[in-house]
Amino acid sequence: MSCNKEIIQLMHQYLDGDISEEKEQELRSHLRSCEACQEHFKELKRTVALITANVDIQPSFDFTNKVMAQLPKEKKRTSIQRWFRVHPLLTAAAIFFILMSSSIFTMWNQDHQLSYPKGMNLVVENDTVIVPEGVVIEDDLEVKNGNIKIEGKVKGDVIIINGDKLKASAGDVAGEIKEVDRVFGWLWYEIKEMAELVFNLPD
Amino acid sequence: MIEEKIVKQIKLVKKGDQAAFEDVVSFYQNKVFAICFRMIGNKHEAEDLAQEAFIRAYINIQSYDENRKFSTWLYRIATNLAIDRMRKKKPDYYLDAEIKGTEGMNLYSQIPDNGVLPEDEVTSLETQSYIQKEIMQLPAKYRSIIALRFIDELSLKEISEILEIPVGTVKTRIHRGREALRKKLRHV
Repeated sequence: MSCNKEIIQLMHQYLDGDISEEKEQELRSHLRSCEACQEHFKELKRTVALITANVDIQPSFDFTNKVMAQLPKEKKRTSIQRWFRVHPLLTAAAIFFILMSSSIFTMWNQDHQLSYPKGMNLVVENDTVIVPEGVVIEDDLEVKNGNIKIEGKVKGDVIIINGDKLKASAGDVAGEIKEVDRVFGWLWYEIKEMAELVFNLPD
Repeated sequence: MIEEKIVKQIKLVKKGDQAAFEDVVSFYQNKVFAICFRMIGNKHEAEDLAQEAFIRAYINIQSYDENRKFSTWLYRIATNLAIDRMRKKKPDYYLDAEIKGTEGMNLYSQIPDNGVLPEDEVTSLETQSYIQKEIMQLPAKYRSIIALRFIDELSLKEISEILEIPVGTVKTRIHRGREALRKKLRHV
């Protein structure tokens, strides 16, 4: 039926897209003159068309779900990582919150020592800071982690953080007396101080 | 592009992100299933094999080299599974193997030719199952090549990489497979 093996070989090479131009010309000119080979070539092309066109074979619609259900469980770490990737804003907020609160609490916890301004003729008894009689403090007075007893005079404000103003105080305070004794109160005070510093607001 | 997205998803899977694998499965499922079906000839079994191929790909994702084509790697897993399955099934009776003592005679000549086709047009579904039936008559090594060549129109080089055989062998098998099918399908 067909001429020789060489021509058939050329047909296959042609169908594979694996043929030189020269050989393609050879094949073409042979096909023009040989009906048997034409028929053979037509059948080959048809075969290719038949088995290629046939690709609408499809798996069941829930194929992907079935595969996903059978996969081994992934490590927890990665699912958390993915959550972070999917919610970048919440992640940023969470990180900010964690850093902020941790730094605030360390500040708060580190601050348990009694502190008061030095060089103002103040007297300290146990954890009480005393402004002795006859002493005049021109500025604000800030005492942390201790009580305060005023027998002299304070021209500015008196600020007591984490402590008390003792009732026995007989002295004179020209400004305000502020008592701050809770974390949030203290925080609010710090923020207000900061704002005053930044915006230079009058009290 | 979709292809680029898939490459990205594969990278995520490699980092351990399981959910990213879903896109990879839905992108390749038709091809992998069709290749398995061509080789095994049974939808139920083909689906089983294709699922197995994806699960293995997921488990072994660390051994996939990102510089190479993912499809090549995935199809190799699928064809290897299908070839294994074919081996485990009852032995193939190669129709074109010659029967001892009958020179030039093979099983074709022993099967009565009652495959007379109706003159009316056969429905495409019937044609399809007929074609698949004919493909199933081919030896396994031709079937895998025909599956790869005519489903995803892979290049000869890619097929040689998937099946780990030389390009020359791929060519010969395609030629022989095509010639064998030509004889069987000429009257379709």
